[in-house]
Amino acid sequence: MLPSELKPEQFNGYPPLARKLATDNIKTLRKLPLSFLPSLLREVIDYDYKFPAERHAIDREIGNLSSLSPAEWKEWLGGFETIQMSPALERFDWVNSPAQFVEQLSAHLWTTHQQDAFRKAATDYGNRLHAAAPPENPPIPRLGIAVVGQDVTASEYPLFRRLRSHGAYYTRVNPEGGLKTLLDFAAVRAKSHPIPYAHWYVDGGAPAIYDPALVCVSYGALEPARNILLDRMQKHSEAPGNGPENLRTVMAAMRPSDLRLDKAIPDPVLARFEMKLLTEGSGTQIFSTTFAQWAAREVLRRAEPLTLLVRFAPRQRQRPMNELLSLSTQKIEYDPAGSLVDADMGAYYNWINQQRLTAADHSSFIAWFENHSQAIAIGPTVPRGTVSSAPTDLAKILSWTV
Amino acid sequence: MPDRRFPLLSPSLALSRREFLSDAAGLALGTSILPGSLLTRSGVLQRDRKVVVITFGGGARDQETFAPEGQENIPHLMKELIPQSAFFTQVVNRGILGHYVATASLATGVYETINNFASLPPENPTVFEYFRKDLKRPASDAWVVAPSNGFNRIGESSHRSYGLGQGARVILPKHLLTAATKGGSDYEHLLRDNYETPFFAPEVAGNEFELEQLRSMLKLSVTDFKARALTLSSPDELSVYIVRQLMRQVAPSLLWITMHDIDIAHAGAFSLYIDGIRRTDRLCAEVWKAIQSEPEYAGKTTLFILPDFGRDADEDSAGNGFQHHRTGDAASRTTWMMALGPGIREGVVHDRALDSTDLVPTIGSIMGFSPSLVHGTPIRELA
Repeated sequence: MLPSELKPEQFNGYPPLARKLATDNIKTLRKLPLSFLPSLLREVIDYDYKFPAERHAIDREIGNLSSLSPAEWKEWLGGFETIQMSPALERFDWVNSPAQFVEQLSAHLWTTHQQDAFRKAATDYGNRLHAAAPPENPPIPRLGIAVVGQDVTASEYPLFRRLRSHGAYYTRVNPEGGLKTLLDFAAVRAKSHPIPYAHWYVDGGAPAIYDPALVCVSYGALEPARNILLDRMQKHSEAPGNGPENLRTVMAAMRPSDLRLDKAIPDPVLARFEMKLLTEGSGTQIFSTTFAQWAAREVLRRAEPLTLLVRFAPRQRQRPMNELLSLSTQKIEYDPAGSLVDADMGAYYNWINQQRLTAADHSSFIAWFENHSQAIAIGPTVPRGTVSSAPTDLAKILSWTV
Repeated sequence: MPDRRFPLLSPSLALSRREFLSDAAGLALGTSILPGSLLTRSGVLQRDRKVVVITFGGGARDQETFAPEGQENIPHLMKELIPQSAFFTQVVNRGILGHYVATASLATGVYETINNFASLPPENPTVFEYFRKDLKRPASDAWVVAPSNGFNRIGESSHRSYGLGQGARVILPKHLLTAATKGGSDYEHLLRDNYETPFFAPEVAGNEFELEQLRSMLKLSVTDFKARALTLSSPDELSVYIVRQLMRQVAPSLLWITMHDIDIAHAGAFSLYIDGIRRTDRLCAEVWKAIQSEPEYAGKTTLFILPDFGRDADEDSAGNGFQHHRTGDAASRTTWMMALGPGIREGVVHDRALDSTDLVPTIGSIMGFSPSLVHGTPIRELA
């Protein structure tokens, strides 16, 4: 089926808000190329479970598409119209399974050597959209915090190397009460700007005591869901003929109730978000450092928060992959030193991902080696590439940076 | 924030690999063509030449390898191998960025489009088939040592003019170890697979054949193999151990080694990815030392080292940095190659862009066979 043949009743399987959005805008959707529309529907079909920032972005995009003149339409979408589609893709039920369609489309683009053409069309479109319908600036400058190195007693690893040229590196930070200081600071921001899903705390282990004004996601709290998922992955793999692509498709079709997250997390938006961290992230099911980094990336990309505190915890040691993906009764051994290296890179990625959001020039970022004396602070008022060996503490660094 | 669904163009790499190398190793920019033929330069007849290819395990980026901050991870490449090599700074893979299909493309000189996760042979003739058919070489003269069961069909194509029985013998060290140990728990660290293909184990030949290979061709008892395996730390170390046995006992003229430890990056743990790079760096140097110390190889072997592709750039919002190779950006497509051996001008960097498919015709010109169906062209600086 082609987009021009779309009928309102074909969206009957969508959740209520998504259905309304699609049917209200069906004239616009019908004009879109098949190489484009399912990727938009992939967002629309989850509209009811999207964060406010994501809903605004979808609304903005559809509103913008609806307003394009014929000449602009050709300019914006001409690149997508040149993509040759296969009969199999045209037959696919892309209205009800847009995510699976996009996976198939990706394979098609690679095998037909159209990946570069698609990439250019997508890039040009993204740039135009960004210029025509830019996201709003945040009400207060964003703040990102990364806490790395939990349980590391001593390390010679040169921390924050990738970040140092962007801010001030402190070498004599008093670590006492450091985590509480950071969490309290995040909570104050959450209470003074109580916007839904705007203030987050991600923990790679069991969360510390935190104010409920923060949205908390933790690797530790998700252990029951992770175990269910690993068990399902194991069973799926044991069935003949199942491979990685098939497994990905199965995981993409999961619902929070499949992992009992609907019971554990009353908020359906958050339950869906946490499920996707486990079903869409590679390695998030087995390594806590990967979970924390990926969760931070997804919080920043999707929720566009004002405050994000990410605390990395030790991950388990590397074992054979099949064993890592199996439920084990053996005592887990941890790798704090390797986890510090993972977290150092994770902190850098957190900063990069934060800088992709609006008003990046006004944002601040702090990373701290937990219970140690090293920290880095980046912000509009912080001199770049500087080193301070004067005694200080995190409260002072926060006051100078944010 | 860029569009949620589509990638941004990645910026060009800030510094070229040549600048990195010239800073670190004092290498010179190469001229395009060397004087005289390879025979004149090397003194080795085509029929006596051997070629060893190492794919540098699962893709690695500049910032973890040749960039200033990454050079600490590849001390053997930097200090031992590059000064003896011709180094090509831009090898572009325009094909599918999956490990099996990309390795198949390297081995056929054509961008293969087979399913990366299926147990399928390449559709175009492999370098091993050209080599054996044109030069009338026996099956024992072309070997592949590959990391996982997913590579068991890499040795010969489904092409109607080549194919069955005309390609390389493929040895899968992990499969061999599983057969020898029956999956004993002491060896699990050598049997791990990468993250993208957990549990994936297509049917391969039976254990009897594998164990017979071990005894008859590699002159290795199951007991000795198991004992040695216990001293190794990773699947790639196991592969290199098998390679050394193969070089000593069989001495094939065309030997292809696919490393894979680096691909642990898919699990998202940066420290494990770095460990994989450091291990691969060391293992490449070990293979080069073995080439120089084995009488059958010394002085007549060309060694190629190249990744099958790179990994995603940190700057590309569609990816997640080092973890994957999914965006198709410049960092994931552009990689490097080094060539070492007799007749190759050492310590020279070549900047012009090559294609991944140029490898097979280059091997053809070195060894004297004609890969007629390839899409690439011989690298003139090496031919």
